[in-house]
Amino acid sequence: MKKVLTGNHAVSYGAKLARAQVIAAYPITPQTEVVEKLSEMVASGELKARFIKVESEHSAMAASIGASAAGARSFTATSSQGLALMHEMLHWATGARVPVVMANINRAMGPPWNIWSDQTDSLAQRDTGWLQFYCENNQEVLDTVIQAYKICEKVSLSGMVMLDAFYHSHTSEPIDIPDQSLIDKFLPPYDPKYKLDVNNPHTFGGLTGPEWYYELRYKIQKAMDKAVEVIKDVGKEYGKITGREYGLIEEYRTEGAETLLITSGAIAQTAKDAVDTLRKRRKKTGLVRVRTFRPFPKDDIKKAVSKVKIAGVIDRNISLGNEGIFFQEIKSALYNEKKRPSIYGYIAGLGGRDVAVDEIIEIAENLPKQSSKKELIWVGAKI
Amino acid sequence: MKKRSKPKRSAKNIKFKKESDLPPTAISLADTMNNKTGKWRSTKPVIDHGRCTSCMICWKFCPDASIEIVEGKPRINHDYCKGCMICAEECPIKAINIEKEKK
Repeated sequence: MKKVLTGNHAVSYGAKLARAQVIAAYPITPQTEVVEKLSEMVASGELKARFIKVESEHSAMAASIGASAAGARSFTATSSQGLALMHEMLHWATGARVPVVMANINRAMGPPWNIWSDQTDSLAQRDTGWLQFYCENNQEVLDTVIQAYKICEKVSLSGMVMLDAFYHSHTSEPIDIPDQSLIDKFLPPYDPKYKLDVNNPHTFGGLTGPEWYYELRYKIQKAMDKAVEVIKDVGKEYGKITGREYGLIEEYRTEGAETLLITSGAIAQTAKDAVDTLRKRRKKTGLVRVRTFRPFPKDDIKKAVSKVKIAGVIDRNISLGNEGIFFQEIKSALYNEKKRPSIYGYIAGLGGRDVAVDEIIEIAENLPKQSSKKELIWVGAKI
Repeated sequence: MKKRSKPKRSAKNIKFKKESDLPPTAISLADTMNNKTGKWRSTKPVIDHGRCTSCMICWKFCPDASIEIVEGKPRINHDYCKGCMICAEECPIKAINIEKEKK
């Protein structure tokens, strides 16, 4: 069935199709509609779930973890300052090895107060051990929420699905909603090996000394490694039932490319238009869209990027005092490669500043003229 | 020469053959009731049942759920009470006495 949905409602429908059983969330712009829609679905009986009203995002995450530990499929959504407040609990979810799925609407961190798109909120959570998916459009948002449950439940880790504030959250697009029967086959009920059970009480996450903490962290890293394959397999399986296949990265018109643009999120969709224009002008430019940030798709990046001589990474985020976060990670992945391109970092669109097709074309056209003296370029700064 | 005794089984000399033999997180086979946290206490609340009116304010305020209701009256479970004294502070008629814990 096709429906015209905003990114926020695409998240709600994704959680509904995944048959989330417990939803605990606290409202924050621009995420509010995700939760409004889900609460409507629960109230009308359309979604058989327990909706828990909480007093903060910290509690929303704590409740989601508790529900997941008890064997329920739990869901929450947040944004920006709300995600920052969850920080402690994000580590908890990972250490407890529960598969919570959360949507985070990428919104700039304040002050100054800003409700518009910026990825620094979720990228600041990169070391919490959560899987991170960055979506390009609203269809992918719905599809990724569903896939995230399957992936996370297989590796016993939590995952967050990112969409851009307003570019996705409040923009309507026609979306294909898969049949519930198809999704039920794809995603059977969650049945964990270890769970909270009053009839068979266990204590989880108790004090663990230096003798074993190390090994438990090793296991989380192994689970992340395994997630690389699981994401690919689940993406293919999803492709078989819906016709939309997903991987860790997406290569767009990279055949024969001499220069590459690398980006993520909503900017990637704009960059595809830019690449189309450049190709019409017989410029050999391709695009690599990074969909999965954790686990970081090192091998796919190496394969896609080492073919070209020059690449530019466009980041709608910044690690202040260093550079764009995707830029850092991509360079780090390529460091030991014998053949690797020159790479430049572009900071663009912070706090929801529009990144236009023309700006991306300009970035691509100027790439061969860049010199290593200036690795980091600010796009359209009015200073 | 004395024969050396076998080393005791401790976390240091356990090695798992397969990664999957180690559970994903620390899991204790017992519930938290086994962990008698009352040993941490330095001051002990004791209810004066002669004066207690069973208003249950102490039961409601105990942050560790260590006050039980037995036959309609509050009873402090000293196996778990850590001696925070919130109950004594909140008791409207001051019927909870503070005793120093003997070491």
